[in-house]
Amino acid sequence: MTDSSLSTRQKVERSLARRRATETRFHALGFMAVLFGLLSVVVLFGDILLKGSSTFRQTVIVTDIHLDAQFLGLTPRSKEAHIRRADFEGLIRQQLHAAMPTMTEDEARELHRLISIGAAWQLSDWVVENPQHLNQTIRFELLADHLVDQWFKHDRRKGISQRLSDVQLSWLHEWADSGQMYTRFNRLFFTHGDSQEPELAGVRGAMMGTFLTLMVTLVLSFPIGIATAIYLEQFAPARQWINLVEININNLAAVPSITFGLLGLAIFINLFGVTRSTPLIGGLVLTLMALPTIIISARAAIKSVPLSIQEAAYGLGASKVQVVFHHVLPLALPGMLTGTILAMAQALGATAPLLLIGMVAFVVDVPNAISDPSTVLPVQIFLWADSPERAFIERTSGAILVLLGFLISMNTLAVLLRQRIERRR
Amino acid sequence: MNDSTLFIVIVLTFIGVYRLGRNRAQALAMAGTRLHSLPSHYGVLLAMWAGLPVLITLLLWRLLEPTLVDAMILRQLPETVRAGSDAQVQLAISMVRNIAAGAALATPDGFESSVSHVIALQARMVLLQAGVLLAVALFGLAVCWYRFTPNQAARTDVERMVRVLLLCSSAVAVLTTVGILASVLYESWLFFGMVSPLEFLFGTHWSPQISLRDEQTGSSASFGAVPLFAGTLMIAMIAMLIAVPVGLMAAIYLSEYATDSVRNMAKPTLEVLAGIPSIVYGFFALLTVAPLIRELGTALGVSVSSASALAVGVVMGIMIIPFISSLSDDVLNAVPQSLRDGSDALGATRNETIRQVVVPAALPGIVAAIMLAFSRAIGETMIVTMAAGMVANLSANPLDSVTTVTAQMVSLLVGDQAFDSPKTLAAFALGLVLFITTLALNYVAVNMVKKYREHYD
Repeated sequence: MTDSSLSTRQKVERSLARRRATETRFHALGFMAVLFGLLSVVVLFGDILLKGSSTFRQTVIVTDIHLDAQFLGLTPRSKEAHIRRADFEGLIRQQLHAAMPTMTEDEARELHRLISIGAAWQLSDWVVENPQHLNQTIRFELLADHLVDQWFKHDRRKGISQRLSDVQLSWLHEWADSGQMYTRFNRLFFTHGDSQEPELAGVRGAMMGTFLTLMVTLVLSFPIGIATAIYLEQFAPARQWINLVEININNLAAVPSITFGLLGLAIFINLFGVTRSTPLIGGLVLTLMALPTIIISARAAIKSVPLSIQEAAYGLGASKVQVVFHHVLPLALPGMLTGTILAMAQALGATAPLLLIGMVAFVVDVPNAISDPSTVLPVQIFLWADSPERAFIERTSGAILVLLGFLISMNTLAVLLRQRIERRR
Repeated sequence: MNDSTLFIVIVLTFIGVYRLGRNRAQALAMAGTRLHSLPSHYGVLLAMWAGLPVLITLLLWRLLEPTLVDAMILRQLPETVRAGSDAQVQLAISMVRNIAAGAALATPDGFESSVSHVIALQARMVLLQAGVLLAVALFGLAVCWYRFTPNQAARTDVERMVRVLLLCSSAVAVLTTVGILASVLYESWLFFGMVSPLEFLFGTHWSPQISLRDEQTGSSASFGAVPLFAGTLMIAMIAMLIAVPVGLMAAIYLSEYATDSVRNMAKPTLEVLAGIPSIVYGFFALLTVAPLIRELGTALGVSVSSASALAVGVVMGIMIIPFISSLSDDVLNAVPQSLRDGSDALGATRNETIRQVVVPAALPGIVAAIMLAFSRAIGETMIVTMAAGMVANLSANPLDSVTTVTAQMVSLLVGDQAFDSPKTLAAFALGLVLFITTLALNYVAVNMVKKYREHYD
């Protein structure tokens, strides 16, 4: 050992360079770990934004349409039901033909494929509202098919095309160059339910389903969660009962969410006969999932109410129930609300338990009551992600953006609320 | 009367009855009588006497009505249908219900009488329900009204009731656990009556889908769950390989090195990762990471499955980073500053202090954090359902496609299911395994943290 001849001081000084290098490496490693985490956030959001932001633009083709009353079999005084039955699809075809008289039949069929079947519905909607324009020529924005939409938004600049023939491309180029084809805000995405046609599929149904489900969850979980917290903090006489409930709450907070779906399926649906696929059953299951979060935050909020306030109330002759409900609860309420909003945000993203209780049905109609069949936003995302159509991938990302938008606003609300409480103290 | 009007009517009645009771007590008080309690207590007491029986009756009614109506429909069905199998009878009953509700268009021959009967029955049921509810409410109201005296202890009664309601609420959490356990245990019991537990736990062949066809039930479907357990473990391991080093180093950096401003910015941003729903990660794994890894593999000349365990594991690892980082951050911060100061005073560098003093002192908490994250990884459902494979391969290659317990549970239970087939029940058996595993992990982890806290508090 050569080291034995050196003094301790010399040993330390010799090792110093190595130790400092280790320190730098360790520091850098830690920094890289944080950076990796932050980068993941950026990449995740960036990727979804990149894929999804084009959802909010929809390609339309503007064209002159002569509302031929004779062709449609309508008069300005026709009833709404009558107008809805009229052959607007035929009218659009006839008008497109008229613009290009030299077309063969095959070409005509290819031309029709560029226009969405939704265009005829939109035209009939328009005529229902403006029957006085019958027999006039109007400029109307025809909804483009999803293949056209994807080509115009993504492939045109790259000079590629998917599933479009040469003759179709030549028309598309012509329309694009003449300014007849452009994109506008995709209102349909927010006003329509699900559809087989990507250009007609929207998140309205899923949003309503999510809203109703969360309402059921809130109405059930907020009172039950707060009552439990109050009981555990203020009334429970026996330590054993508190322990038992506490253990159960901790278990429920840690159990995988899919097991709540098993419970919903076996107990709510099979035993009690609740209808599957409805916001009611979804809300029931999510209530059980949200309870632990609400109870834990509500207990913390009650604990933070100063004892002096309670003692002052007792001193004035209030009963236990009066002290709790007149003094403790109002002061703890903001903290409880913060926890409840966070629990609702969690419930908003929950997917797995809802899959098991049948909220995966293809639902076109927008649900209006908690007993209507419906789906929710995350499940809608799951369903669309399964579709092979390229346009559905874009819509999936769009729906994710809507979901994240809701989540971010709910979390911001919770944070603001918490800051207000902290400032007041 | 639909549900929302019923709800509004009940709430309005509650308020009305409350005011009735309160005004009566108030009038007495004005007249100079000394009351035992506040007027509002008498109001609440009256509302409770009138309202609670109504709510209980309504609940019972809702639970019993479907069975009752089914029995009545059954008696009205044509002879030919009633002679059929249970499934046919059920089908006929639900069809009659649908037609009566106006959902189906045409009424098949022989069913006209039952349909019209059901429509009449439902109309009568609504009336009967309203009548019963009203009678119950009036009875409760009358009893309370006549029991009223000025020195009646209304406040004590009301407060006793409030305590009972609070107690019932706190029982919900217990009942939920009991419910989960009971449903999973019961269905698993049925499953193990059809498939031996040994085959389920140690069999290496998993192909439940074949039992869909009746003639093959039990003969060629096999429920050896080992490939599922192996797949779950592999994906969870890959996730931990990403999450543990990154999460731990990030926690160390944030608690020991970072300035306050960096910490205040980085910590919430990292926690954003925990707030993103897992479905979003699933989409990310399916459409971004999996193709990326596949292309990378092709470029390197390795064949990679399009649903590789690696892609799923990596994305799951990213999702789990904040679990490890924030839990470890907490335990690192709980290590007393005096330990660090002591180590610094002996001339240790920052990382020597961290590695030889702080981390060993916080080790129980860190291990607990890792165990909690692991149980999270095992129970994660959406990422694997979307991005992992559905075929149960028994493979140790992370580039192959494997399936997991949760992914199989979803694929077994989504869509139509018969509750007596081993295919559906198998999902509950898998759920039982999952429940027990995560519970055990959490139990150990929580106790570890508790012990550790006692150590320093």
